[in-house]
Amino acid sequence: MPESVTAGGQASGGKPRINDFVVKFANVNGSGSASANGLFARSVMRMGVPVAARNIFPSNIQGLPTWYEVRITEAGYLGRRGGVDLMVAMNPQTWDRDLAEIESGGFLLYDSTKPIPPSRFRDDITVIGVPLTAMCNEAYELPRERQLFKNTIYVGALAALLGIDLAAIESLLTDDFAGKDRLIKANVEALHMGHGYVRERLAPLPLQVRPANGVGDRIYVEGNQAAALGAVYGGATVCAWYPITPSTSLAEAFTSYCQDLRTDPETGKGRCAIIQAEDEIASIGMVVGAGWNGCRAFTATSGPGVSLMTEFIGLSYFAEIPAVIFDVQRGGPSTGMPTRTQQADLLAAAYAGHGDTKHPMLLPADPGECFEMGAQAFDLADRLQTTVFVMLDLDIGMNEWLTEPFRWDDTRRLDRGKVMTAEQLEAGADFGRYKDVDGDGIPYRTYPGTHPTKGGYFTRGTSRNPYARYSEEGAVYVDNMERLLRKFETAKALVPAPVIRPAKGKTREGVIYFGSTTPAMHEALEMLEAQGRRLNALRVRAFPFADEVFDFIAQHDRVYLIEQNRDAQLRTLVMTEGDVDPAKLVSILHYDGTPITARFIAGAIAQRMQVGQIEAAE
Amino acid sequence: MTYILKPQLHHPSLPTNSLGYTRRDYEGSVSTLCAGCGHDSISSAIIQACFELELPPHRVAKLSGIGCSSKTPDYFLGASHGFNTVHGRMPSVLTGANLANRELIYLGVSGDGDSASIGLGQFAHAIRRGVNMLYIVENNGVYGLTKGQFSATSDKGSKSKRGVVNHDAGIDMVSLALQMGATFVGRSFSGDKAQLVPLIKAGLAHKGAAFIDCISPCVQFNNHPGSTKSFDYVREHNEVVNRLDVITPRDPIHVDYKPGETVRVQQHDGSVLSLHKLNELYNPNSRAQALGYLQARQARGQIVTGLLFVDPEAGDLHDAVGTVDTPLNQLSEAELVPGQAALDRINASLR
Ligand SMILES: Cc1ncc(C[n+]2csc(CCOP(=O)(O)OP(=O)(O)O)c2C)c(N)n1
Ligand code: SF4
Ligand SMILES: [Mg+2]
Repeated sequence: MPESVTAGGQASGGKPRINDFVVKFANVNGSGSASANGLFARSVMRMGVPVAARNIFPSNIQGLPTWYEVRITEAGYLGRRGGVDLMVAMNPQTWDRDLAEIESGGFLLYDSTKPIPPSRFRDDITVIGVPLTAMCNEAYELPRERQLFKNTIYVGALAALLGIDLAAIESLLTDDFAGKDRLIKANVEALHMGHGYVRERLAPLPLQVRPANGVGDRIYVEGNQAAALGAVYGGATVCAWYPITPSTSLAEAFTSYCQDLRTDPETGKGRCAIIQAEDEIASIGMVVGAGWNGCRAFTATSGPGVSLMTEFIGLSYFAEIPAVIFDVQRGGPSTGMPTRTQQADLLAAAYAGHGDTKHPMLLPADPGECFEMGAQAFDLADRLQTTVFVMLDLDIGMNEWLTEPFRWDDTRRLDRGKVMTAEQLEAGADFGRYKDVDGDGIPYRTYPGTHPTKGGYFTRGTSRNPYARYSEEGAVYVDNMERLLRKFETAKALVPAPVIRPAKGKTREGVIYFGSTTPAMHEALEMLEAQGRRLNALRVRAFPFADEVFDFIAQHDRVYLIEQNRDAQLRTLVMTEGDVDPAKLVSILHYDGTPITARFIAGAIAQRMQVGQIEAAE
Repeated sequence: MTYILKPQLHHPSLPTNSLGYTRRDYEGSVSTLCAGCGHDSISSAIIQACFELELPPHRVAKLSGIGCSSKTPDYFLGASHGFNTVHGRMPSVLTGANLANRELIYLGVSGDGDSASIGLGQFAHAIRRGVNMLYIVENNGVYGLTKGQFSATSDKGSKSKRGVVNHDAGIDMVSLALQMGATFVGRSFSGDKAQLVPLIKAGLAHKGAAFIDCISPCVQFNNHPGSTKSFDYVREHNEVVNRLDVITPRDPIHVDYKPGETVRVQQHDGSVLSLHKLNELYNPNSRAQALGYLQARQARGQIVTGLLFVDPEAGDLHDAVGTVDTPLNQLSEAELVPGQAALDRINASLR
C-alpha cells in the first residue's frame, strides 16, 4: 500500500475550529457520491449542528465534475459562506482549481493510491492521503461496488478526522435503507473501514464537530419538494408540466405526494391528474383549461418555459382565468447556465405577455415559505382570477435547506374566490362575467355546466363588454383595462407583506432583498453591524409591492438592492411601479450562477457606504 | 363589429325534444361569417345533431382556437360555456378542461390553419392522449381570417385565388388522426348535411378522441377553379364509403337497408351506429386498412368521406391517468387537503 499520510505543508496550529467550517467535495458526476455526501451533511445535523449544503452540478448525466459544499454552522448561517476549509478532492480533472479554493491553512483529503508529484500540492495547507482506491480494490470484487463504497469509506475517514459520531451515521443508514439489511451491513462495514484507517494512523483535525442544540425541530428539505407539498395543501388537482432543470423535481415530488395523499382509499384512483405535456405551451394551456373549468391547476417550469408560455399568460390575464406557475429560476438568457442559480426571470414573469399585462409574483426565501406560498398561490389565483407566479430559484429549489417544520391550520379554508352558483343564478342574480360588482376590480365567474339557462358565457382573449360580449368600442376596452388595474391594486393587500428588519440603532441607509439571498443577507447584516455599519433591511415577499416598500425607500437616503441578476430587475420593477428617485437605489448584483454569499454582500455594501455614514447615524 | 343577440321568440308549434328544448335552444348568436361560408353549414349541423341527441345544452363545453372557423362556437349552443382560446392551442385547453370535469361533453372546433399549421403538435398530442372529445376541423385549405394564404392542408399543386401554385405537400388530417390513435375518425363535407349530422352525433356519443375532418369551402378565398377545396371540386371527387344512422338508446330501431349491407356498432353510451356500406370493400373497424384505402384513393385524387374508423371499446385519458369518478372540480376540501396530521408525519421523515 502506498504511503498513507503526506504532510504536504505546515499544519494549521492553534485552537481547533468547532462547528464552524466549510467542507467541499469534488466528485465526478454519476459516481454515486451524492448520497454519501448527503449522508455526511445529515450526520452533522443529527449531532444538533446546523448545516447549509449546496450541490454544484453540471448539465450532464455522467462524467463531468460536480461539487457538494457543506457549511457546518452552529450559529445557523444558512447562506453560502465562500471559501473552503477542507476539500475532499475526488476528481483528478478539477484537482488544480479545487486545491486553489482551499483557504490558506486549510486541509485537503485525497485518494493517495496513485502518487501525485509534490509540485501539485500547496505548501500552505495540510494534506491527508487515504488510499481509497487501493482499499476498495482489496475489499470488493465488483467494479460498481468498488466505486460506490469508496464514497462511504471517505465518509468514515471524515468522521474520524472531524469527530463525527459514527452512531449518528449508522442511524441514518438504518433509516435510509430500512428493510434492506444487507445494504445497511455493507455500508456500515465500509464506514468503519474508512474510520478505522484514519483512527489508527492520524490525529483528528483541528476542525471538529461537537454535539450541539442548534437544529431544534427544523426539517431538512428541498424547496421544490416543499412547494409541491404546498400545491397539495393548496388543493391543486391538475398539474401539467414539461421537464426542465431545475423545476423537474417539483412536478415529480407532486406526483409522489399525490400517490401518498391523494389516492382514494376505496378505489385506488387519483384525486388529481398529472400530465407530462408535449411542451410548455401545452402545459400552460392545460392549466388554463382546467382553471377555466373550476380546478386548481399549476405548472412548474424555468425561464425557457416561461418564454414559451407568454401568449397563454396574457390570455389568463385578459380572460381572467386562474393559473399558478412555479418558476424555478436558473441562469439565463436562452439555455444560459441550466444548472446554476439566478433571480433573472423577474421581469419576464411580472410582465409576461404582449400588450399591457402584469402578474402577481410570490418570492419565497426558504423551503418553509415555498410550502406556505405554494399553497397560498392557489387562493390568490382563484381570488384574483389571474396567473400567479411563485418564483423559486435553483438554490432554494434543488438544495436541501434547514427550515421550520411545515404547519397547517386545520381550520383554514381554501378561498375559491368569486364563483356564482346555480342557486344564486336561479335566485335571479345578475351575472356579468366582467362586471365590477364590488368595486375591487374582481368580477364573478361561473363554472361551465352550472345552470341550464343562466350564467353561460363565451370566454375569449378579445375585448368584450362587462357581459362578456365582443366589443371593440374604445370606451368599453378602456373601462375593462382600468378595472384590471383596480384588480391589481386589490392584489397588493392580498399578497404576502414585506418583512422589515430594523438596524440596532438609527441609520439613513437601507437594504432591500428577496428570495434565496435571505440567509446570506442576514449574515451580511451581522458582519456589517460588527463593523459599525448599520442598515435597516426590508425583504420583499411579493409583487405587486405593498406601500411599505415605497415608504421604506422614502424613509432612507440610500437603499441598496441586492439581486442575483445582471440588469437589476427588481430595481426596474420598483422604479416602474412606484414614484421613486432612482438616484437613491444602489444595486448590488451577483450573477455568476453561484449562490450569493454574505462575504460578497457585506464587502460590496461596505465599499459603497457613504463616508461618514457611520458617524452621521449616531 | 357589434354583437347581435338573436330574438329568442319561440313559436308554439316548434317541435321539442324529450328535454323540452326546441332546435332554437341550440342556436347561438348571429353569424358574422361571409354569406355562403361552409363553416355556417357546419354550425347548423352541430345544432341539429345536439338537438337530435337531446343533449342539455349547458352540459356541452365548446372550445376553439383562432380563425373564422374558430369563431363559430359563438354561433351555436348559446347557453353553453365557450372558450375561444389562442391560435393553434385549443387542444391543450380542452385537455385541461376535460381533466377538470369529466362529466361535460367537449366539442373542439378548429380550422386547418389552426390545427394543421400552427397547432399541428397540439392536435396530434391531444389525439394520442385519447382526450374524450369531438374535434372538428373545418377544413378550407386556407387561412380565411387573414385573407387567403395557403394552409398546411392545401394540396400540392392547388392554386390560390391569385393563381399562385402551392408547392408544399398537404397534410391529410384524417390519416394523421388515424396514425395518432384517434378512436373515431370521419370525414365529411359541409355541403352534405345528411352525411355530416349523423357523423357529429356519433362523434359526440363516442368515448375517446373522436375526429371529423369536414371540408368547408371558403367562398371568399378558396372556391375557384384550381382549388381542391372548392364546392365543385369536392362534389366531383367525393367518394362516400358509407352512410351512417345513429340510433340512441331511446330511439326505436328500424332498419332502412337490406341486411348484409349494414354493419351495426354499439358504442359505450349505448348508442348504435348503423352503417350502410356504399363501398362493400370498406371496413371501418381496421385502422390499417383505413390508412391504406385513404392513401390509394388520395393518389387518384379522390376524397374519401364517411365514418372511416371507429373503435367502440376505446378508453380515454381519465382511464389512462386513473382519476377518480367524481369530477376533479367537485372534490371537497376534505378530500384534497390532508391536514396537520399528515404534515406531522412528513416533518418527521425530514429530520
Ligand atoms: C399567434 C398568432 N399568429 C397569427 C395569428 C393570426 N391568425 C388569425 S386566424 C389565422 C389563420 C386561421 O386559419 P384557419 O384556422 O384555417 O381558419 P379559417 O379562418 O380558415 O377558418 C391566423 C394566421 C394569430 N391570431 N395568432
Ligand atoms: S373568409 Fe372564408 S372562411 Fe372566413 S368567413 Fe369568409 S368564407 Fe368563411
Ligand atoms: Mg382555414
